[in-house]
Amino acid sequence: MYDVVIIGAGVTGSAIARELSRYQYDTIVLDKNSDVCEGTSKANSGIVHAGFDNEPGSVMAKMNVRGNAMMEQLAKDLDFSFKRNGSLVLCFDEKDLGKLEHLLEKGKKNGVPGIRIISKEEVKKMEPNITDDIAAALYAPSGGIVCPFGLTIAMAENACENGVAFQFNTEVLNIVPIEGGYKLETSKGVIESKLVVNAAGVYADKFHNMVSDEKITIIPRKGEYCLMDKKVGDYVNSTIFQLPTIYGKGVLITPTVHGNLLTGPTAVDIEDKENTQTTADGLADLLKRVAVSVPTVPTRQIITSFTGLRAHWTEHEFIIQEVKGAPGFIDVAGIESPGLSSSPAIGEYVAELVQGIYQVEKKADFKATRKGIPNVAEASFAERQELIKKNPAYANVVCRCEVVTEGEIMDAIHRPLGATTLDGIKRRTRAGMGRCQSGFCAPKTVEILARELGKDVSEITKSGEGSNYLTGYNKEDI
Amino acid sequence: MKVKELVCIGCPLGCNLKVEISGEGSMEVTGNTCPRGADYAKKELTDPRRIVTSSVRVKGGHLPCVSVKTETDIPKDKIFDCVRALKDVELLAPVKIGQVVAEDVAGTGAAVIATKEIFAR
Amino acid sequence: MKTEIAIIGGGPAGLAAAVAAREAGVEDILIIERDNELGGILNQCIHNGFGLHTFKEELTGPEYAGRYIEKVEELKIPYMLHTIVVDIAENKVITVMNKEQGMFQIEAKAIVLAMGCRERSRGALNIPGYRPAGVYSAGTAQRYVNMEGRMPGKKVVILGSGDIGLIMARRMTLEGAEVQVVAELMPYSGGLKRNIVQCLDDYDIPLKLSHTVIDIKGKKRVEGVTLAQVDENRKPIPGTEEFYECDTLLLSCGLIPENELSSQMGVELNPVTSGPVVNESLETNVEGVFACGNVLHVHDLVDYVSGEAKTAGENAMAYVQGTLMQAGKEIPLKGENGVRYTVPCTVDKDRMAEKQVVRFRVGNVYRDSFLCVYYNDKCMSRVKKKVMAPGEMEQVVLLRSKLDAFDGLESITIRIEQE
Repeated sequence: MYDVVIIGAGVTGSAIARELSRYQYDTIVLDKNSDVCEGTSKANSGIVHAGFDNEPGSVMAKMNVRGNAMMEQLAKDLDFSFKRNGSLVLCFDEKDLGKLEHLLEKGKKNGVPGIRIISKEEVKKMEPNITDDIAAALYAPSGGIVCPFGLTIAMAENACENGVAFQFNTEVLNIVPIEGGYKLETSKGVIESKLVVNAAGVYADKFHNMVSDEKITIIPRKGEYCLMDKKVGDYVNSTIFQLPTIYGKGVLITPTVHGNLLTGPTAVDIEDKENTQTTADGLADLLKRVAVSVPTVPTRQIITSFTGLRAHWTEHEFIIQEVKGAPGFIDVAGIESPGLSSSPAIGEYVAELVQGIYQVEKKADFKATRKGIPNVAEASFAERQELIKKNPAYANVVCRCEVVTEGEIMDAIHRPLGATTLDGIKRRTRAGMGRCQSGFCAPKTVEILARELGKDVSEITKSGEGSNYLTGYNKEDI
Repeated sequence: MKVKELVCIGCPLGCNLKVEISGEGSMEVTGNTCPRGADYAKKELTDPRRIVTSSVRVKGGHLPCVSVKTETDIPKDKIFDCVRALKDVELLAPVKIGQVVAEDVAGTGAAVIATKEIFAR
Repeated sequence: MKTEIAIIGGGPAGLAAAVAAREAGVEDILIIERDNELGGILNQCIHNGFGLHTFKEELTGPEYAGRYIEKVEELKIPYMLHTIVVDIAENKVITVMNKEQGMFQIEAKAIVLAMGCRERSRGALNIPGYRPAGVYSAGTAQRYVNMEGRMPGKKVVILGSGDIGLIMARRMTLEGAEVQVVAELMPYSGGLKRNIVQCLDDYDIPLKLSHTVIDIKGKKRVEGVTLAQVDENRKPIPGTEEFYECDTLLLSCGLIPENELSSQMGVELNPVTSGPVVNESLETNVEGVFACGNVLHVHDLVDYVSGEAKTAGENAMAYVQGTLMQAGKEIPLKGENGVRYTVPCTVDKDRMAEKQVVRFRVGNVYRDSFLCVYYNDKCMSRVKKKVMAPGEMEQVVLLRSKLDAFDGLESITIRIEQE
């Protein structure tokens, strides 16, 4: 019997796993997908929110501001990309200045550092490409950007190195209370555990409702995004939000931590929790909305578009608590934006909850730091030479657009929780993330995956079972 | 008299050809830029032929297969037979350009030859 | 490490430039190639139809490349394989890496850019739907089928009627796949007519013009795509949707010159071609840096690439030997009224040869139209063309003697005119 089972290897589950790995718990993380970071965590804005728009006193407000404050040190400890680029909320109409003031007040109450309203002139100086039609803006210098894959994978790897087990391709089908804990019936057999942490994103309601009579509903709220080429990565410097206008709730435009330009998300509530398709209407709507902030948004530079699902609880609040009537079952549900920003704080908080229910000692040998895969693209000449001396494969560029080498791909495969799929490689190394979107590098990456995993190339998948990249040999069917 | 219109595939110019076929079956071709166009048109209407390109497996080479072609064009209706005949062919590296891969493929009289050099690994 | 002429890319352009420069007398040349063999994309173009201009016989892609590789070997032109250029500085210092020698720098006196192009991706096309496995650019599929002997799919829909897409329709059919349809957004094909005949018509594969993919179904692997007809503004027409069950979608929707290295070193690019702005010597705005092949503008025939590369190689030779005349008065060349761009962008009467080929593409299908060349405002030639199409490159030839004889020449304009 495990001490703790965490359902879901997204950013929340990984953060909790890492915090629990400080203690002598026997912990396992289950996920129905083939890798960490396969759900909501892989398709979002990559924003570390300053924390001004949550209701003062809410769990969201607390977690966000705390998570934001933790991010800088965590990025150093766990070696992932994070940058405080600041954020702006544009106010387009004098009449709406009251709303901006209100946001400022909330920010102050929530303890957002350095937040202030700035004039149009000041905004234009910071962001020459935004529209002239603004009245003022709210500036939050503590806003930041993070690589959502980098953050999730770093926390998961660190948890794994500190003894947490991860089991993929394992879908939880049913949860039954048993003496001293819970029995989880999964697609890969039965797992028993004293405690269960439900960090299942858009499916968190399903697991909650298995153990509680007070039903909750988590609605997948669909958001479409467009990603633009690094050539225009400096089109804006801060993350630019909009005050809601007559056109509806705003969309953001931001540089990403890797230097692309990102815009999104739209917001449509749907029913299908797997519906991550992009739509022509959604993308058109997005581009129309972002043009309110940046009229000249360089749409010719779009290199890809994608859809993410936010795990929206009808009450719009994080649910982080032991479920009433289900002792030892902890919900971490409704984790929509600012979930990514809050994740380190949520991890910390859930570890406290677990300690409160079932106390154990801290590990003496907990390793708080982790070193990521070397980044050849960003390394200096001397650093590159040093790397190549260690492994000549660091000189063999596989992905030209993002300058990712064979050495980095081999690392991604052989690390703890190593990549087994093309998408896994992409999220760990950025191979295939660039302007050609893996046209040139996918065949080579597939070959390296097959070689390093001792498989045939036909067995290599894009994102797990059923997503095979190749279907067979020439002339097989003639 | 019958008139047929064709696009010449002799070269990338893709001339639009017009073939006038007289009652006795003699043909007059117009629209061609070079004599190959006239030849193509007459052949296409009486005995259409194509060069077939494909690939066959290679063992021990720097690549797992080598590109091949029929040395001359073969009847159009033999294209699939030709490819099928290559299904079980496997060569051993090295392979030279022009090396014969299969003689008299699918009974067409044409040989299939390699079109790329494959080095032994 | 030092070299007189560095050639970036060992595909058809790089090979022809190297051979030309060596034959013109430069000893010290270096070809830098990122793949593990010379020949570039020709290695995967195993179909025939290459070389009718250059060699007066019909060759396959690998054979065409083979002829030049043989030349390179014969002339003992040095080349580096499996070597990636990381950066080119404006002073022509090239930073490269490979597994054997690590990372190092090469100082060149002249550089020939010959990096080729890449395919437009699904993302850039903004095709809605899921993101399953089974969506490939036609070139990626071509590499798999022709060089690895592997099939990327069994039931195929192709979007885009560029030549690679047409060629792959036939290749995949011959290797056992079922190619159901080729859809083309525009009302005309983007590929050569002969390829429609011998790749589609021969195998009864329908070509649907003015159609596009409006949805991709399948969460793990492609399960089908929905096609719809588009109106004159390329917007899907409701009610025309048709679902095709398939496991693969190939994209052949255009090629983009790969000029990231060029623009990093300060080479000015033409927004129409995405290739460098060059003069009659195929020299870019950075002195001693030349461009040729698909990195300059996307060609339809490799034979033209070889010819262009020869010019670039010879001029690079002249530059390093100090015989390339200083640039004088540059006369701008303009494309108008359907002529989308010109290569070169300028000519210098004193530096040009007696015959200067100007290549360009047109923006639409033009039937029974006139191709006109103007010196200033004066129409100097007016040639009737039966048909001109965007899929095929067009050219006019400028004669130096005629330019010389024209007083006060300030600009040359090429335009399409109707009756």
